[in-house]
Amino acid sequence: MTLAVENVTVVFGHGRRAATVLDDVTLAVPKGTTVGLVGESGSGKSTLAKAMVGLVRPRAGRVLLDGTEISGLRGKRLTAVRRRVQMISQDPYSSLDPRMTVGRALAEAADPRRADVRAHAAAITRGLEAVGLDGDAARRHPHQFSGGQRQRIAIARALVAEPEVIVADEITSALDCSVQAEVLNLLADLRARLDLTMLFISHDLAVVRHVSDAVAVMHHGRLVEHGDRDRIYRAPADPYTRRLLASAPSLPKEAS
Amino acid sequence: MIRWSKGLAAGTAGLVLIVLLGIVAPWIWGDDATRLTGAAREGASAAQWLGTDALGRDVLARTLVATRLTLLMTAAATAVAGVLGVLLGTAVWVAGRRVREAGLRLIDVMVSYPAVILALVVAAILGAGRVAAVIGIGIAWTPAFARLTANLAASVAGRDFVATARLLGVPPHKLLTRHLLPNIAEPLLVLLSVAFAGTLTALSGLSFIGLGVQPPSYDWGALLNTGLEALYTNPAEALGPAVAITLTGVLAGFIGDGLAAGLDPRGAAAVRAARRRTKTAKPTPPPADALLVVDDLRVSLPDGTDLVAGVSFHVRPGEIVGVVGESGSGKSLTAMAVAQLLPDGLDVQAATLRLDDLDLLADAEPRRLATEIGVVYQDPSASFNPALRLGGQLTEVLRRHRGVGKAEARKRATDALDSVRVTRPAARLRQHPHELSGGMRQRAMIASALLTGPRLLVADEPTTALDVTVQAEVLALLREINERDGTAMLFISHDIGVIGTLCHRVLVMYGGRIVEELTAADLSAGRARHPYTRALLAATPRLDAADGEPLATIPGRPPAPDARPAGCPFAGRCTEELPDCATTPPPVAVFGADHRAACHALTTAASRGGDR
Amino acid sequence: MIGETAVGPKAPAARGRGLHPWAGFLLRRLAGLAVALAALVVVTFLMMQLIPGDPARALAGDTATGAQVEQLRHELGLDRPLTEQFTSYATGLLHGDLGQSFQTREPVAQVIGSRLPFTAELALLAIVLVLLLAVPLGMAVAIATRGGRRGRLDAAFTFVTGLVGATPEYVLGTLLVLVFAITLGVLPAAGAASVTALILPVAAIALPATCVLARIVRRETAGVLEQDYMRTARGRRLPPLRLYARHALPNLLTGTLTMGGLTLAGLLGGTVIVESVFNWPGLGSRVVQAILNRDYPVIQGTVLVLGVLATLLNMLVDLLLGLLDPRTLNGRNAP
Repeated sequence: MTLAVENVTVVFGHGRRAATVLDDVTLAVPKGTTVGLVGESGSGKSTLAKAMVGLVRPRAGRVLLDGTEISGLRGKRLTAVRRRVQMISQDPYSSLDPRMTVGRALAEAADPRRADVRAHAAAITRGLEAVGLDGDAARRHPHQFSGGQRQRIAIARALVAEPEVIVADEITSALDCSVQAEVLNLLADLRARLDLTMLFISHDLAVVRHVSDAVAVMHHGRLVEHGDRDRIYRAPADPYTRRLLASAPSLPKEAS
Repeated sequence: MIRWSKGLAAGTAGLVLIVLLGIVAPWIWGDDATRLTGAAREGASAAQWLGTDALGRDVLARTLVATRLTLLMTAAATAVAGVLGVLLGTAVWVAGRRVREAGLRLIDVMVSYPAVILALVVAAILGAGRVAAVIGIGIAWTPAFARLTANLAASVAGRDFVATARLLGVPPHKLLTRHLLPNIAEPLLVLLSVAFAGTLTALSGLSFIGLGVQPPSYDWGALLNTGLEALYTNPAEALGPAVAITLTGVLAGFIGDGLAAGLDPRGAAAVRAARRRTKTAKPTPPPADALLVVDDLRVSLPDGTDLVAGVSFHVRPGEIVGVVGESGSGKSLTAMAVAQLLPDGLDVQAATLRLDDLDLLADAEPRRLATEIGVVYQDPSASFNPALRLGGQLTEVLRRHRGVGKAEARKRATDALDSVRVTRPAARLRQHPHELSGGMRQRAMIASALLTGPRLLVADEPTTALDVTVQAEVLALLREINERDGTAMLFISHDIGVIGTLCHRVLVMYGGRIVEELTAADLSAGRARHPYTRALLAATPRLDAADGEPLATIPGRPPAPDARPAGCPFAGRCTEELPDCATTPPPVAVFGADHRAACHALTTAASRGGDR
Repeated sequence: MIGETAVGPKAPAARGRGLHPWAGFLLRRLAGLAVALAALVVVTFLMMQLIPGDPARALAGDTATGAQVEQLRHELGLDRPLTEQFTSYATGLLHGDLGQSFQTREPVAQVIGSRLPFTAELALLAIVLVLLLAVPLGMAVAIATRGGRRGRLDAAFTFVTGLVGATPEYVLGTLLVLVFAITLGVLPAAGAASVTALILPVAAIALPATCVLARIVRRETAGVLEQDYMRTARGRRLPPLRLYARHALPNLLTGTLTMGGLTLAGLLGGTVIVESVFNWPGLGSRVVQAILNRDYPVIQGTVLVLGVLATLLNMLVDLLLGLLDPRTLNGRNAP
């Protein structure tokens, strides 16, 4: 078991304005697997991701990494733990610092204090090549890349940090269909080659199905269903999951 | 990074000259400025271009010599404001959430007090003089820097790359110097030039009313003060310092404007507009029963680049026609050209563009456009006016163009909201848009579009911003309206699944053209023929796909509008490319009454008699 | 600082959900106002304490004997504990007692009472003029130049507003006097004897601010015209006047007031200085005299009154914002 949340509750605001965003959520991402997390806007899936990487502090419950509670950590110990869980975010235009070359961004992932490009040149090239980009990309700035390429760079940056778990929050929802296919294929490839452990968050059921071993469904801050991928898609138990599946527009057949 | 506009260059050059002047002037004209000529308050002459003051000293020399002190004080006050402000703003941002909120509010209020009042307080405490003036004005401008720094820092800190850097374990001081400060430097530079002009004005003002520089020292403000007394005898005495203060302020303003324009993405995107609507030649006869006829529609930039490059289609009464394509395909521009709602600066040309008997290329009557075409937009949270109640917005077309009375219009709006299943319809009319959920807002938008019983509903990505369950409801609603009222629809989406679910007929767009046109039945049954349509289908993740199979991808990226191949726009990415594809526009292969595809490979295959 | 005030905390009572949005909004604003006023009182009181060295010594002048200084210190109450001094200052204020001018022995309230109407007259007229001119001008230019049309008008507007906007009020005032009073002789150069005497000072205060605000209005309008809801409104094919006045105006005023509210309060500062150009018998010229003579009670009183005016102006802007955009009712300047 690598990354897990146990009975996590997150509340935003205080007093009468308080809103319970996560309500008693328990979920584990076992080593070497990808768990897909599905939900609509406001279901709390992004908050769960933030709680898992320590960007949001739960009001109750525990976040565990390899069995060690990390939700209460502060300071240096929190920093040390954080590096082991890396997050890739949705917006390709906000995930990279526009002022920094791609190489420097990756160097920062390898060494957050110095971010020395030359010292980590090999790691940077390896990272870029892993996501199908040329080593030359390191010298360029983010604005010289398309949305899909930026998401590749964001993935490369996460890989360079050599985390134990990657949390990917809607990383393909801003992309065009054909570009999304490239990124999804890349993730599938990386899962096979690098034995990635990943929490993959999306509102798109078909996308989640494509990359996950297990699937968890969230609704109004609760985990309504969680289980093996094929079981969930074949025989959803919760009414909300059934509604989600029924709402997805059926796709035309692929042309033969 | 900085774009050198004319204003920025002129401002910088001018200010550099003034600074040089400030450095050398006391050495060159220092003696003239203090020499008593004995000719008091003489007018301008060849020897003294601006005349002399009450003690007979050369006004021009005094104005030039005063440059140094004025600039030094202004620079000092600006520096005080900048340093204190950035420190304060950073401190507020670094502090915890509560301190930050309180700090921001505090700064907000400090900003709203006029600098002069604060300067008065400091002058009262320290006594009138240059030090008090510099400190007072410096402190008075501090909140402006603090606020900008804190706001910018907060907005940069909210971006994903900062969160990622924190997760990577970048130490806080590195976060500040590596990510935050570089990303807020340019707006601060703009404020610095604005503040320079502001402190110059304020400091000179203090000297002017006698609270700044005290005699025998003098700056431009003090000179203006003595000049004011001589206004009747030697007006030039006031003009010298007046021009100096204004010119320096204007130059600093130019620099600020130039820097700000370089930062503003809107400024860069400005295009020269010459909105033309032209008829092109060679209309082809449309089907007799067509409601909307679009023939050879072109939408282009003023430089002649075609964004939509010759699109022809029609919509029959009661038909839902879907347009599917990825970003940059021209699908939304096509829809907006039909609705006559293109953004400024785009040219429209077509052989035919008409809705039944309404010619959309001529200046169509506003009443008919407003009532016969209903439009539903992509983002329901941005498409209603946030400042107005829904009632006024929904009833506007009825009341303006149909002359319906207020009560009757509201009743019809209520019914319309009810018919698209908006809850509590009557109460909604009194609400503002932000009080509704996204799904409710889009229903209200549909109700608004349908209120006049339009003949055509143009829907531009109406479900893209919605959740999947809400999308399903809205699609069902549109289908129901179509079946109940027979409203024809032009429905735009990037989602081929949505298009296939809702529409009767489908147009596939790529690179500004329609590459394939087919019925939804053909599409669903897997009878799409064009390589692009097939690639798009294969790249879409499915709920029922076989395990572990990678998605098909399309190599390369869509060409930019000004770099499209002369032939098929898909050339260069297509798996079935022939030698002619990039150079010759593809012929249309016909596969049935409503099924056509523009493709060399398909016509070649057909002429060989092989039907794949 | 003057604005220590401004913590503008939310009144606890306003937090409840059941309250009407306007009730909560007004409660928060009133609480903010109370805090701002209290802070102004504290700041003006502390002003006296912050004078370096011994205020009594400074006031008595260099020639005073030690006994005279002590006498003065006692008269001013400076020998009493700080809290006691503050209590008596605050109580005095509550009774409208602002102290006595060191110089003329007049009650400060009376000094201010005779001077304030002149300053208020100038500032209010200028504010009205600025709003009446800047909003239509900025909107008209934004509409005329939308999408990059009429590049020359754009350049001319930018240049003229840049030039006049950067001209300080007192410089413009001096130039106006030179042209209209001295050269042409059509308007009085100074004093407040007649209605025509108002024209030049008001113009000197209002014109630069008009230019600054017109630029803000123009930028905000250009932004609003690009919004999706303006496309929706265009889709209703409304006559231009209705399109711009009903759909664009409320939205652009929100941004304009948020940014331009500062310009309005800044007019107060401009007024204080311009009074010197025109020998205008307002607060500005009086406070300068007071500062030069170290007449602290008058300075205190004037700063207090000017601060209150600025606070009220800001409050007015906030209220207008609430009226224009219901979203701002829930918090301060919601985006």
